[in-house]
Amino acid sequence: MRADPKGVLTGPHFLDGDHACCEGALAAGCRFVAGYPITPSTEVVERIAARFPYVGGIFIQMEDEIASSIAILGAVWAGAKAMTVTSGPGFSLMMEHIGLAAMLETPAVFVDVQRGGPSTGLPTLPGQADMMQARWGSHGDYEIIAISPNSPQECFDLSIVAFNLAEQYRVPVMFMMDECVGHMTEKVIIPPAEEIEVTERHYTKKKPGEYLPYLTNGDMIPEMVKAGDGYRFHVTGLTHDQRGYPVMNPDCQEKLVRRLVEKIRLNADKIIRIEEDETDDADVVVVSYGITSRVALRAIQTARAQGIKVGHLRLITVWPFPERRVRQLAERIKAFVLPELNYGQMFLELQRAVEGKAKTYLVPHGGGTVHRPEVIYEQIKEAAK
Amino acid sequence: MEQEIKKSKQARGQVVIDAERCKGCGFCVEFCPTEVLEFSNEFNTKGYHPPYAAKPEACSGCDLCGIYCPDFAIFGIRIKAVA
Amino acid sequence: MNETNPVEQYLRMDRMPHIWCSGCGLGTTVNCFVRALEGCQIPLDQICVVSGIGCTGRVAGYLKLDSFHTTHGRPIPFATGLKLANPKLKVVVYSGDGDLIAIGGNHFIHAARRNIDITVVCVNNFTYGMTGGQVTPTTPIDATATTTPYGNFEEPFSLPYLAESAGAVYVARWTTYHIRHITKSIKEALQKKGFSFVEIISPCPTLYGRRNRLGDGLEMMKFYKENSTIKNGADTREVGLGFKGQIVCGKFIDRERPSFLEMYNLKMSERLGSSYKTYEGIQ
Repeated sequence: MRADPKGVLTGPHFLDGDHACCEGALAAGCRFVAGYPITPSTEVVERIAARFPYVGGIFIQMEDEIASSIAILGAVWAGAKAMTVTSGPGFSLMMEHIGLAAMLETPAVFVDVQRGGPSTGLPTLPGQADMMQARWGSHGDYEIIAISPNSPQECFDLSIVAFNLAEQYRVPVMFMMDECVGHMTEKVIIPPAEEIEVTERHYTKKKPGEYLPYLTNGDMIPEMVKAGDGYRFHVTGLTHDQRGYPVMNPDCQEKLVRRLVEKIRLNADKIIRIEEDETDDADVVVVSYGITSRVALRAIQTARAQGIKVGHLRLITVWPFPERRVRQLAERIKAFVLPELNYGQMFLELQRAVEGKAKTYLVPHGGGTVHRPEVIYEQIKEAAK
Repeated sequence: MEQEIKKSKQARGQVVIDAERCKGCGFCVEFCPTEVLEFSNEFNTKGYHPPYAAKPEACSGCDLCGIYCPDFAIFGIRIKAVA
Repeated sequence: MNETNPVEQYLRMDRMPHIWCSGCGLGTTVNCFVRALEGCQIPLDQICVVSGIGCTGRVAGYLKLDSFHTTHGRPIPFATGLKLANPKLKVVVYSGDGDLIAIGGNHFIHAARRNIDITVVCVNNFTYGMTGGQVTPTTPIDATATTTPYGNFEEPFSLPYLAESAGAVYVARWTTYHIRHITKSIKEALQKKGFSFVEIISPCPTLYGRRNRLGDGLEMMKFYKENSTIKNGADTREVGLGFKGQIVCGKFIDRERPSFLEMYNLKMSERLGSSYKTYEGIQ
């Protein structure tokens, strides 16, 4: 389905990541945003507030992130595509409702423009230390999809992917930007609406009375409805059966939670997006995501110039983690190097997937700025020995 | 469903009681404006004494019992006048 | 004679019997709510009920309407999202005193301030019943609760005062004894544009009533009958509740104020002129 031209600002622009994210959401058909100001994400909702009245959307600045994160779910159940935007401290507040979104299977996009943490941390400076939280932040078993753009252009392009995946899998999608990408201004080309592919919500064609909110036909993803169409449906955050009614027993729990988890895990190959470069002859592969991937490119360039056979595996979707591809590479290469603006988060996933078949080296960083390419280069050199 | 029908020239209404739903709270017995209802001596399977229409002829069908009942176990209906 | 209880068409009979205790007033409030729906003739397909967590929160699951059982304290912002995305929906929040006023307190006052067009039915039993009877922000001084075993010493909120101060355009309080008044108030609240608030004092015989020796549900209902006065239009500063004290009921506030969406559209057209198209819902 093509994007609605009303929301597509076709043409070349000079935008920062935050602004590009707003435009991506609009192009994807997002028309409801509830948010709360928090550095370095505030510009996203500021632009939304300015743009929405012209495209028939509605923005409300809620009283806190807790309210924002559930207001968007209400809007989705009324038929809208919805998004909220925050940074670390607000992301923490939103965790309960990310869990609710996963449990009710509500498609929605949660943008986290990461900053230095923990706690109030470094509000105006980059970090990448919310990556595990994106996956595990809410209580209980569930799966989400997380995406990490590395440029303002990607903030536009991948926002649309985020909305599309949310609709396709009826899952909350975490859009994991960082302050650097969010506040860096680069050329962003917005294509014509006809060239933008947008996934529409899969509403049921069954009649009221025939429809069950959580009945699936083998693909593990139930058809959706919206309020006001006469279905008289009930949904609850309690463990529920196909009727949507709470059923509190282990059998129902097993059926429901297994499906919530498997609908992502068993579809991982269709969801995962990675970018590989020069891995065919590589002895060392650098795994990176977000802003760090751009610094890593420089380090890889330097290493290649020195004759080191190093390749790059960039995570575009960070969750689900591309363990199958990593496992394949681990059979053949000597070592992985993973730089990230934290003290080891995606690195743990890497180690888990590698299962000791190759060496793994973390290049940690507390955040506040990006790595210096030399530091990553040194680790590549070390790994190649 | 258990029903008490006593045809009488004065009864303008009657109650319909589902004894199994009753949890014996007593709202209907207390708040019936014409004191139609009493607790019966029977037990339902939950162990409660459901109400019964002790004075059915006094029932006006106002349905106050129905609105008060938290368990949807009783309601009153107006009897259509028979010429 | 095979009459069905007229309330059943509004209930998910496949989920009966409900979980509420003998003498709990929640079922009574549901009867009143259903009769209010019948009275105001809003198409049932348009009505959404949003609940939080707690005994009152279970109401959403028993009503045969589009209904949402959300997280603790958060039905109001969820309802806000529903309503703003599709203003044609008639959105009712049905939840308890702990859920709406403690953890949900911030959302309550902001939705009232913004005059979001929803109806909030708050069943106030002065306790967190589902979790065993803890103190809430409405529990009167000297009442016993599991987390105030020596008696509550905190000043409670007076909900009508709080609602009025926050900006609600319709504020009423009744007890479960006042069934006709509850029905009428809910009907008026549903038909009223803006943030409407109906507090219904209700017995929790198993916990609040038992621990405070107030008797069973019937005793508590008789207490409401004997100790309540109806004072429509009363000053909400003077309707606070004490332990075993007099209960002032009535319709206290019924005023006009533009709703959130009315202000939104008004101000956007003022500022943006003819390029602004009135927002009537997401197309």
